Amino acid sequence: MHLAHYLGLLHKAQERLGDAFTEVGKAHGDEPDVFHTCEKLADQCRAHAEKLAPFARRYAEEAPAEPDRLHSELFSGTRTGPIGLLRDLQDLYLMAAECDICWTVVGQAAYGARDEDLLGVVRACEQETAIQLKWLRTRMKQAAPQALVVAS
Amino acid sequence: MVDRIADPWGPRTPYGPGDSWPVRVDTFLADGRTEADVQRWVPSASILHSNGDAMDIAVVDDRIVGVRGRSGDRINHGRVDPKDLYGWQANHSPDRLRRPLVREGDRLVETDWDTAMGRIVARSKELLDGPGGWGHFGFYTSGQLFLEEYYTLGVIGKAGIGTPHMDGNTRLCTATAAAALKASFGTDGQPGSYTDVDHCDAIALWGHNVAETQTVLWMRMLDRRRGPNPPAMLAVDPRATPVAREADVHLALRNGTNQALLNGLLRELIHRGWYDEAYVREHTLGFEKLCRVVEDYPVPKVAEICDLRAADIERAAELLGRSERLLSTVLQGFYQSNQATAASCQVNNLHLIRGMIGRPGAGLYQMNGQPTAQNNRECGADGDLPGLRNWANEEHVAELARLWNVEVDTIPHWAPPTHAMQIFRYAEQGSIKLLWISATNPAVSLPDLARIRRILANPELFVVVQDLFLTETAELADVVLPAATWGEKTGTFTSVDRTVHISDKAVEPPGEARPDLDIFLDYARRMDFRDSDGNPLITWTGPEEVFEAWKECSRGRPCDYTAITYDKLRTGGIQWPCTDEHPDGTERLYTDGVFNTDPDYCESYGHDLATGAELLPEEYRAKRPAGRAFLHATPYQPSPEVPSGDFPLLLTTGRTVYQFHTRTKTGRATQLVHAAPESWVELNPADAEGLGVGEGDLVRIESPRGVVRARARICGVRPGVVFLPFHYGYWDAADGAHPGEGRHDRAANELTITAWDPVSKQPIFKVAAVRVVKEADSGGHPSPAPTVGGSAPPEGSGIPATVGGPAAEAPSRGE
Repeated sequence: MHLAHYLGLLHKAQERLGDAFTEVGKAHGDEPDVFHTCEKLADQCRAHAEKLAPFARRYAEEAPAEPDRLHSELFSGTRTGPIGLLRDLQDLYLMAAECDICWTVVGQAAYGARDEDLLGVVRACEQETAIQLKWLRTRMKQAAPQALVVAS
Repeated sequence: MVDRIADPWGPRTPYGPGDSWPVRVDTFLADGRTEADVQRWVPSASILHSNGDAMDIAVVDDRIVGVRGRSGDRINHGRVDPKDLYGWQANHSPDRLRRPLVREGDRLVETDWDTAMGRIVARSKELLDGPGGWGHFGFYTSGQLFLEEYYTLGVIGKAGIGTPHMDGNTRLCTATAAAALKASFGTDGQPGSYTDVDHCDAIALWGHNVAETQTVLWMRMLDRRRGPNPPAMLAVDPRATPVAREADVHLALRNGTNQALLNGLLRELIHRGWYDEAYVREHTLGFEKLCRVVEDYPVPKVAEICDLRAADIERAAELLGRSERLLSTVLQGFYQSNQATAASCQVNNLHLIRGMIGRPGAGLYQMNGQPTAQNNRECGADGDLPGLRNWANEEHVAELARLWNVEVDTIPHWAPPTHAMQIFRYAEQGSIKLLWISATNPAVSLPDLARIRRILANPELFVVVQDLFLTETAELADVVLPAATWGEKTGTFTSVDRTVHISDKAVEPPGEARPDLDIFLDYARRMDFRDSDGNPLITWTGPEEVFEAWKECSRGRPCDYTAITYDKLRTGGIQWPCTDEHPDGTERLYTDGVFNTDPDYCESYGHDLATGAELLPEEYRAKRPAGRAFLHATPYQPSPEVPSGDFPLLLTTGRTVYQFHTRTKTGRATQLVHAAPESWVELNPADAEGLGVGEGDLVRIESPRGVVRARARICGVRPGVVFLPFHYGYWDAADGAHPGEGRHDRAANELTITAWDPVSKQPIFKVAAVRVVKEADSGGHPSPAPTVGGSAPPEGSGIPATVGGPAAEAPSRGE
């Protein structure tokens, strides 16, 4: 059973997203809404990772070796200025999108494994990830015209 | 005669449930004048708070000499707030602006209108030339202009320049009311009527010190409390305000925990079966999720979070749960605090699950702070589209484009409208290059003032200020335009309960001062804005023409004004919607339990209340609201700033009954100045003792952002919390400090945090972490805080009472 690999992938992706939210929030502290929301969402990501940890451990016992090229690198540090903010939020968006699709995949696997507990975690967390994506889209829509067309 | 400084609420006229509120006519005429001397009475209404009290302006020899409440008006039945009784005298203040000013180096010098407007237009045209020119403009307006002025400014900004960067200081006072109404009921618009006070059997005041902010509404409540079968009363407020002292249950909760309290109260109501199952089933969506979320807030946990006694929370739940006609009012204790929109929506939820909406006594006021805030929201000079339209609804935007005959994409609908704090951020970053501020004073009213002064003083930012006086903001401007005010111009405005009044011109403005409408029309003419056919975009020449045009814009929308005329308004206030079908207006909304949530009609497709994430149109449609209201549910989250070792106390800011906003007017009326001359800080006796601070001692209040000095009043604010009035800036400071020079240690907003609610974008003024240090002994002098209102000292303190004396005597006449 390969479920452990995807659980590991999602677990790591949530941890990395949490760290990235923290980093982006701090880098753009002059945008208080970005700072405060990123702080909240970073905590949310870490809570997701914590909820996944016991499942990852349990399924790891039945797992074969991890396949190649499982993990992806989507974040390599923050930028500055209005366009930098836009690009940083876009990094977060792609990372949250990775988590979002992982929740779908893990949720499907949870059905297959008849694992109601895991399904419960997926149902609770995937909604929060979906909101994270919507917030990022909302904030980027707001920032884009001013950053790309107006600012010199 | 009544000294309305010593007794702001005047004599009681008790009445019982279902009776009509007795008339009491309040009058104040200066200089020993009597009613027999008055040559003209000119119809108007209050411009110094949001209650909309109707009054007539007394004129002798083309000069205003006083005011008298209108006995026949549905709102006040003749009564007048003390700010209105005395505040009009500011119109005559010798330091009124009489000529335009322009900046020459570090000085503002007098000039003529052509020169001043010429500079604004030259800079505007230069900025507008080139792609993205619209994005260099920001308009920051007010809650004190008239409907006609907002609508004109809205059309200039949205159809002339095409900028989404328009907001008002309504963002600081009323944005959460609008956001909560949209979120729960589909559109803005107060469900209730002030007559609900006449019928209710319980009143709950959520963060609303109505006794000091809307005194006439409080008089109505007090008269019910003194009459037969009085309503029960619940107050939620960290301070011992007059409302809290009057209430049967007072919950002095820890600042920033409103959402936890409401979650706990809703849980109690649901557990004890105090809800209307049939109403919930037929008229709401989201009850199951609401139950799930509030289940996590049992009373002991809420008591811990809010620092309240569990028994008091249970008593509050009983008061709410046993009422049959519950009236709720909500204001800044919720709107300017943590989780503002979520907590205000919980008050809507309370009324929805109990079926307490749309019938006499079962009322809900999501209040406004400023007199004409409602009109800014309706007319779209702020972050809304005119006519309570939905900027994400293409058909709504197309309607406006047809009405104004401009291209759809000229109207900025492709991104959320820019809220005030973001406008100042763009100005700080330099992408907004022209900021036009009308009738408001952000250099005192916005959070973190050191930052705001820095932004406004930046020479790269061209600042236009349109005001009555050289305010703290005007001193930093590049062009200052002298404006006419209430009594010197004609226009209309709308109260919290949707009552529209006309305010007619009584006298000429001083010097070369002009009505704000004339200034905006002059700008439009000089900018030569054109419609799609090459004709002038704006052809209006006066207020009545604008009002008639606005009526067309409002047609078919919740705020339908189509059957209102100036002539009709001169006979008394009318509640919108007012249509051919309902020519006398509409007392209550949602009487049939059908809400404005239809996807083609609603004003917003909704947000996630925790983050502000916007929901998509198709998601909204998928909910199939079909006229049902939304029950929103959100867990409690702590404030963005909580006390720490270095800053162990929580600061909250607020108001006194004697002053309005940044005192631009009330600080120039003798009786009001004498009543509340200087800032103060309120401390709880236990905190004061720990700090070694006594009554009247000079203390320093410090936050990570600044320092304020004030004399201490030891009184009934809850332990761990300090209170500062936000009214006091620098124009009349003792040491003459001006922006950019001298000491800045008087305005409460030196200390407040730059943070805002994720949905309403209303700044958070009620939770900043501070420390307090004693600087000097009182020398036996008490604090300058009034002894009336929230700053009342404990009984037996020996502090001389606040009185107005003969200069403040005003007759209150019953009929």
